[in-house]
This record gives sequence, structure tokens and C-alpha cells, in this order.
Amino acid sequence: MAEIADNFFGLFNYWVVIVLMMIGFYTVISHDNLVKKLIGLNLFQTAVFVFYISMGKIAGSTAPILMHGPGSEDVLYAHPLPHVLILTAIVVGVSTTALGLALVVRINEAYGSIEEDDVLAADFETQEAESETEAQRKARADARHAEAEADEEYDDGSEDPRSPEQRAADNEDKEPRS
Amino acid sequence: MNEIWLALLVGFPAVMSLAVAASGRWPNLRETVSIATSIALFAGVASFIGPVTAGARPSVTLLEVLPGIGLTFTLEPLGLLFALVASGLWSLTTLYAAGYMRGNEEHAQTRFFVCFALAISAAIGIAFAGNLLTLFIFYEMLTLSTYPLVTHHGDTESRNGGRVYLGILLTTSIGFFLPAIIITYLVSGSITFTAGGLFGNAGLSVLGAGALYVLFLYGTGKAALMPFHRWLPAAMVAPTPVSALLHAVAVVKAGVFIVLKLTVYVFGVDYLAETGASQLMMWVAAVTVLGASLIAMTRDNLKARLAYSTVSQLSYIVLGATMASSLGILGGGMHIAMHAFAKITLFFCAGAIYTATHRKYVSELDGLGYAMPITFSAFFIASLSLVGIPPMGGIWSKWYLMEGAADAGQSALIVVLAISSLLNIVYLLEIPTRAFFHNPRPDTPRRWQEAPWACVIPLSITAAGSIVWFLYPLPFLQLLAPWAPQ
Amino acid sequence: MIEQFFAQMPALVIVLPLLAAPMCVLLHRAALAWFVYLITAWACFGLAFLLFVQVKIGGPISYAMGGWPPPFGIELVLDSFNTVVLLLVTGIGAICSLYAKASVAAEIARERAYLFYAAMLLCLCGLAGITVTGDAFNLFVFLEISSLSSYGLIAMGAKRRALLSAFQYLIMGTIGGTFMLIGIGFLYMMTGSLNMADIAERLPAVADTRTVEAGLAFIVVGASLKFALFPLHVWLPNAYTYAPSSVSAFIAATATKVAVYALMRFLFTVFGAAYAFDELPLGEVLMVLAVVAMLSGSMAAIFQTDLKRLLAWSSIAQIGYIVMGFALASSAGITASVTHMVNHGIIKGALFMAAGALFWRLRTISLNDIAGLGKHMPWTSAAFVLAGLSLIGVPATGGFISKWVLLEAVIEPGHYWLAVAILVSSLMALIYIGRVVESLYFRERTEGQAVPGEAPPIMLVATWTLVLANIAIGVHATPLVGAAERAATALLGGGA
Repeated sequence: MAEIADNFFGLFNYWVVIVLMMIGFYTVISHDNLVKKLIGLNLFQTAVFVFYISMGKIAGSTAPILMHGPGSEDVLYAHPLPHVLILTAIVVGVSTTALGLALVVRINEAYGSIEEDDVLAADFETQEAESETEAQRKARADARHAEAEADEEYDDGSEDPRSPEQRAADNEDKEPRS
Repeated sequence: MNEIWLALLVGFPAVMSLAVAASGRWPNLRETVSIATSIALFAGVASFIGPVTAGARPSVTLLEVLPGIGLTFTLEPLGLLFALVASGLWSLTTLYAAGYMRGNEEHAQTRFFVCFALAISAAIGIAFAGNLLTLFIFYEMLTLSTYPLVTHHGDTESRNGGRVYLGILLTTSIGFFLPAIIITYLVSGSITFTAGGLFGNAGLSVLGAGALYVLFLYGTGKAALMPFHRWLPAAMVAPTPVSALLHAVAVVKAGVFIVLKLTVYVFGVDYLAETGASQLMMWVAAVTVLGASLIAMTRDNLKARLAYSTVSQLSYIVLGATMASSLGILGGGMHIAMHAFAKITLFFCAGAIYTATHRKYVSELDGLGYAMPITFSAFFIASLSLVGIPPMGGIWSKWYLMEGAADAGQSALIVVLAISSLLNIVYLLEIPTRAFFHNPRPDTPRRWQEAPWACVIPLSITAAGSIVWFLYPLPFLQLLAPWAPQ
Repeated sequence: MIEQFFAQMPALVIVLPLLAAPMCVLLHRAALAWFVYLITAWACFGLAFLLFVQVKIGGPISYAMGGWPPPFGIELVLDSFNTVVLLLVTGIGAICSLYAKASVAAEIARERAYLFYAAMLLCLCGLAGITVTGDAFNLFVFLEISSLSSYGLIAMGAKRRALLSAFQYLIMGTIGGTFMLIGIGFLYMMTGSLNMADIAERLPAVADTRTVEAGLAFIVVGASLKFALFPLHVWLPNAYTYAPSSVSAFIAATATKVAVYALMRFLFTVFGAAYAFDELPLGEVLMVLAVVAMLSGSMAAIFQTDLKRLLAWSSIAQIGYIVMGFALASSAGITASVTHMVNHGIIKGALFMAAGALFWRLRTISLNDIAGLGKHMPWTSAAFVLAGLSLIGVPATGGFISKWVLLEAVIEPGHYWLAVAILVSSLMALIYIGRVVESLYFRERTEGQAVPGEAPPIMLVATWTLVLANIAIGVHATPLVGAAERAATALLGGGA
């Protein structure tokens, strides 16, 4: 029991990371609203930031600020490198969010909605309409094509159903290809 | 003698195809360029006869395609024979094509002649290939350059024919031939054609060798072994000169030539004879010989009948290879030439009949022989040659094939060849018989109505060729001396 | 002076596009911005070529960014593997810079064109950065630079559907990137270093911990999302379909390859082949996914009616070939992977460029709309056919060389079923390329369909450059395969 508690409290920060990350992940997957998706993505990334920051913390350490030059004090510092790294990652995260939001604004302008379902439905409708005009055009074209090809003869070497006489008669008025 | 000539000869028709394309606006000039190219090519190839008969094996490597594997051309007797047949008949076909295409007012004639030149270039490349990779490159080039010829008419029918054509040929080559090359490379460490084969001490099991042989032979889709023969009848949607040269000579002969070449230079005749690895494919070929003959009997469309006859005759050559006897190789090699002369004559005749009367069914030919005596006489001669009756050249190849079968102890094959000859009589001789002895139909012309001279002259020459080779088969025996009886 | 220049080349290849991007924004005029883009892209290509030669002659180069010695500072490492990838990325970038002029003028509003060029440069910078860096975290940053700019670029597509495609790509891509970040974090926790060579040295001591295993898993999944390995490919078809033509060509040819490069770098240089493939069953997992990707991608491509979407699905299948190669974890396998990376980059670049040229004329790209164009746009159509043949693996094209080395790599250890899968997938390529060819050459333009002329010469020049490069590789592949073999040696040798 104590071990489990130790595990839990000793790795407390990681539990927070996991929970936060899963909440974010779930939000990205389950929500239809594009802004909510972005919020979920942000949560997801933030969880990773917390992961990096807590990784650099050493029990009993203080902020890594040198007051009196290197080596002059015997103080335990937190590891600064992961913190610096995550500053970069935060910048990446912010730009991702900014770009995402910009896209959402454009989507809203183009479709009048930021619900993924609505957008997909609108796309589906355009596609239907396009394929319908295409089908109509194709039907017209096919009809003409069929007329033109009606008297084309198909021959792959299989037996011709017509009798030789009829064939000869047919051959009089048109020239099948050899 | 300069080795680089080998490479130049392969590239020559391809380069000249540009000249053909450039002269597209002046049909007379275009055809003159085509014919001049073909004659020059034939002369170039023929200049190698002396050295090769004397035992020289000129070889040249142009580029290193993959590390250790080059684009290599090597000349040996079988390749020289195939190159001679292909380039020699090309000049006749060009003359014929000029007459046919104009007589039928075909469209896109320039594209036609350009692709034709490219296809010949590929065929020469196959003939001269010095290793499996070079062979494969030109094999696919031949498939692709003939595709626009097969689909020349550009309608639904030719599109479907083209689908079958490209589908089967590319599927078999990429699906079977390519892995077979790579397995050969991995097992033996080489893909260079070597007299005596590559597997002598490669430690390949008999089963493995047999499986590899199957992969190679089915990979060579152009040899039209059943059940991958459907592309050949499908390709008959092409204009007749295409059927004549490519689907009686260059393309299909490339297939069986490859089978012979693989047998001799990759596996080795002795190796196959020892292990019996080619037994399975021998029976496949035997079935193809008989099966295709039976199908040919049921076809009323003249070109379809000839196509199935080709499928059957090709398997003669495959039989010659798979029986694993040097006499079989000799017979197969000779049959490449004999069948080429006979079958191109038959296709020329079919085209001439179509050009003159627009008939393409066997049942329409009753009594037509009086209007087209030259054409049907040529047809008769060529049929006899295929059946193997003296005084036609076809007897020699069949003779050596049978002798080879006896030599290899496969007496059943002799029966197969005999039955096949009988079937040939039934489906081929029916045609001249109808033309000369049946009562003409009311609409059949009685007066002289031959096709244009540009069509009739080539078919007369090739028919005469069949007779000449009976009287004078020595050149073939000299060329194929390594396999001839001493 | 000249020596100084040579010494700074590894940094210049990233810094040049990074500086040129804001210059584009400042110049503001579309023509000027294009000129800057063109000059920069070709300069990068030149640098990459010099670096390639330098590495080939003199062995790996290590460059300490800002003078901080590794492992403390960021190290740029150039070896036989990443110079090949760098050459591909900058080469395609340079050719795209030619192509972009005409295609951007037609697809993107004039007043926004300069932003387009700036984003292209950023994307180039990010991809080049991923390739040359020897620092794990730096790799993540460059990955995000290239991804962010490509989200923006895709969103510039002509149709409004481009927006949602870009958004979906953004979500998936960010998740992938973040996964890689987590994985790198795990590695850092266990080794205390971010320098790849340094991590590789320290890793064996702690390799048997769950943390390292989890790190490996996160990196593999994250990278697979970025290069769209089945079943993480859902973002790709839409993104490629609706992006502007020059973006499709550039990203399809380079972005996925660079992500594969990143994964290979981690697996072979950082973790080591023995750990990733012998102790963990990663090879088997990747191989199965690769086979499924090859077959399902090709199958899906057969049923597409939109040309660009067809090509996008084909890309998913082709990624399968690349993954299969390195999943074998053999020298031959990696050689095949690298060879196909380059070949597929060139082929897909050419195909998307040809598709873009058709789009340039027609404003639409379904198989019905391109019917009969073989007559009216002969050069574009012929380029498409030649590149398509290469995709099938017809000899004398680059695709054949890929197939050859890949088949060699799978048959040698006796994986015959993989060989069968490769061949089946190639034959499916025959069907989908065949459909396009039949549409181009065997159908007539019907009434109501415009009869367009040929695409502008500059687009054709770009497309044909790639097509000819592809054929040149097909007949003389020794340099490429040799370079790929050296890359494999560099990767398996363990050295960076």
C-alpha cells in the first residue's frame, strides 16, 4: 500500500502530465468544433511542457540564477536546460495555435461554420453537385459517342454470330478494320 | 571489326526514327528513309556473320547500370540469327506497310513508322543483349514501343486489345521475369550470359532450378505459353503489317529467342539435361502446341486463326529448348527463321486479301483464288512450310526438333509434333483449298484483283524464301554450328 | 577566404533560406520575391552539391553551431547518408522554384504571392535543417518549422477544401511532432544529452529501461505520422490533393522522405540497429505496416477519379517500399530505402508537376477532365507517361532501379512473400497509371470541354528536368546506388 502511495505521490508530476495529455487528446478526437479541437491540442502540448519542466526540477533545488559568479556558492540548482528547451517548444506551440486559429477564421469565412460536420457536409454537397453536372455532361457525350460507335464492329477473334452471307452483305456497305 | 558497332546497330533504328518523324510531312521521303534504314541495318548485322561463324564473340559494355552490371551487348550465333531475321524481314515489311497503310488510308502513319523503328531497335537490343538486365531493358522497350502500334486505331476495340496486350506482357515480365533475374543474380552471383550456364556449381536444388525455369519461361510472356497466350490474339486489332512483323516475327520471336538464350546461356543444356529441371515446361509447351492448334481450327477470322497458329508454332521452339538437347536448340533456332518466313507470308497474304477485297473471314474466301492467284499461291507455299512438307524450309526445323526429341529420349514429343502437323494441315490448308476449289460466292470477283504491288512483291519474296531455305539450309547449319551434329 | 566559405557551408544551407524568407516579405513584390526564392533555392542546391562532394572525398563533416563544441552546442553533422537526402531536398526545391513562377501566378492571388515564396523558403529551411542537424531537439524545431510552413502553404490552395485539409494536417502533424518531442524528452531524461552521437554513446547503459523503450515508441509513432505510414496516413490524400500545384510537387517529393530520414537517423544512429531491430520486434511491425501500406495505398489509388488524389494514394504505397527497405535493417535494405527515397522523390515530383501543368490549363484535374489531352498537351502528357512508367518499375527508369535493389534486399534473406507483395503493388501501379494514360490518349474531348494548349515552357522545363533525371538514373544508376550503399555503411557503422 505504502509502495503504491509512494509511486503515486513520488511520480505525482507524471500523473498530472498523463491526465492532462489524455484530456487534451480526447478533446482533439471527440470534438467537432474546430476551436475546441485547437484547445485540446494546446492542452496536449502543455502537458508535454509540464513534463519537460518537471523533469528538470531536482528535489530541494532552487532557480538556476548565479548571484555571485560560478562556483562561489554551494547551492543545488534546478537543471535549466529543459526549461530553456521548452521555451522553444512553447514558441512552436504558440505559432501552431496562431496558424490553427487563422485557418479556423478562414474556414468560417468560407463555409460560415466552424463545426467540422457542417464543413464536411458542405463539401459533400459541392462534390455531389459537381459530379452531377459532370454526370450529365458525360451522359450527353456518351449518347453521342454511342451513336458514332453503334456500327463499330467488335472482333477479338471470337466467332461472328452472323452468317457468312449476311457478313458479306454487311461488308459491302462498310469497311470493318482488319 | 569494331565492337562498338554492336551498340551503334542497336541505336541506329532508334536514331533514324527521329529522321522518320522529321520527314513525316513528306510520305515518300519518310518511307524512303524507313526502307534505307532497314536495309542499312540488315547489312550492318550481316557483316557480323563471318566473324561469328569463325567463333568470335564481340562484346561491348556501354554504361554501368548498377554496380557490377553493365549495359552490355554481346553477339553470339542465336542472337545473330534472330537479328538477321528481324532486320531482314523489317525491310520487306516496310515496303509492304507503305502499300498497306496507303491502300487503307490509315491515319497517323508517321507515328506508325516511328514506333516501328523503335520496336526494331528494341528487337536488335534483345538479340545482342549480353546479360539479363540488358535483355530485360530492351524486352520492356519492345513491349512499350509496340503498344501504340497495337492500339493504332484508337477506338474502344483497340483500347481493350491494348489492355490485354500490355496487361499480360508487363504483368508476366515484372511479376515473374524480374524476380527470376534477381534470384539468378543472388544464387549465382552473375547475370552475364555464359556458355554452359551459370548454375553449374551454384548449389541450386533441382526443385529450385525447376521453379526458376518456370518463372523465367512464364516471365517471357512474349513466348505465349498457355495460359499467358491471350495477348497474341488480342494484338490482332493492330494493322496487318504490325501483326506480320511484330506478332509473327519480332515480338514473338524475341520471346522464344529469349527462351532459347536462357536455356543455353543461363541454365546450360547439359545442366538441364542432368537435372531435368525443364521437364514441367516441356509438357506445358506440348499442351500449348496442341491446344492452340485446336483453338485455331475454331476461328473463322483469318488473323485470329493465324494468331493461334503462331501460339502453337512458338511452342515448337520452346519444346526445342526444353527438351534439353543440342539438336533441339538447333531445331528451335532454325524454326525461328523458318516460321518467321512462313508466318510473315501468311500475314502479308491476310493483309493483301483485306486491302484488295476487305474480307477477313475464312468463310468469305471461297473461290477468291482466281482473282488473287499470287497471294493464294504464296499462302499455299507458306502453309506447306509450316506443316513441314518438302520442298519447303519448314521440314528442316521440324526434322531437327524430332531428332532432338529422340536424342533426349522423349518419344512422346515426336507424337505431339506429328499430331500438330496434322492439325496444321486441317486449319491452314483449308484456306487455299477454299480459295481455289470451292465455288465462288456470287459477289466474289472473277477478274484479276490483286492488292497493290507494294503488298504483293514482299509476300512473293518471303514465300520464295521458304523454298530457298529448303534447297539451301547450309547457312543456318553453319551459323548454329555449336549445336549442329558433327 | 574560400576555405572559410567551405567551412561555413553546413550552416549556410540552413541560414540562407532562413534569411531569404523575411527578405521576400520585405521586398513584397511578387516578381522580386520569386527572384530571391529562385536564387536561394539554387544556391542551396549548389551548397548541397559541394557538401556531397566534400563528404564523398573527405569523409563526415562536423560543424559546431556558434562555435560551441558538441555535445554542449548544436552540432551539424554531414555524412554519406544525409548529404544524399540534402541533395534531393534542395534539388527538388531548386526545380520547384522554376516551376512555381507560372503555377503561383495562376493559383495564388498576386498580392499574397510574396508570402507564398517566403513560406516555401521556410519549408526548405526546415527540411534542410532536419537533414543536417545532429541534435535531437534541434531536429524537432526544424520539423515544426517545415510543418508549420507547409500547413500555411497547403491552405493557400485554390479550393476552399484546402482550408480544412490544412487544418486536419495541422492537428495530425502537431500530434506527431509532439510525440517526437516526448520521445526526445525520455531520451534526454535517461542520458542527459541531446546530441545524437552523444546519446548513442550513453544509451546502451540504460537501454533496458522502460523509459527508453517508451521513448523509442513515441519517436517511431511521431515520425510515422509525419511520413504517413499506414494507418497514420489519413491526412495525406486531402493535403496533397488541395494544395497548390507547386506545393504538392515539393512536399510530396521531399517532406515525407525527410521524415523517413529522421526516423532512420534515430533508429540506426541513436538507438542502433541491434537495439531497435533485434531486441525489440520493430522490424516485423514496420514490415507488416509497410506491406499493408503498399497494397492498400495502391488499391485505393486505382479507384480515385481525381488525378492528384490518385498520386497521393500512390505516395502512401510508395512510402511502404521505403519503410520496408529499412525495416529489414540490413545493408541491402537501407541501400534500397535510400535509393527509393531519391527515386520516388524525383518521380513524384515529376508526376505532381505534370498534374499541375494540366491543372494550370484546366483548373480541374479529374480523370474525366483530362480526357484526350494527349493530343493537345503532348509534352505534359508524355512527361506523365514516362514518370508513370517509372512508378510501375519499367527498366531504364529510376523506379526500376529501386525495385531491383529492394527485391534483391528482400529475396536475399528469403522473404519471398515480401517480394510478392512488392510485385503485386507494382502491378497495381500499372492499373492506376494505365487508367490515366487511357484517359489522356484514348478518349476524345467531349463537347463542353475546353481544348487547351500546351502548358507554359518554364513548367515543362522543370517537369522534363525531373523526367530526364529519372531516366538518367535508370540507365546509369551506379552513382546513386553507390551513394546509397555508402549511406547504409555510414548508418550501420554506428558512426554519425
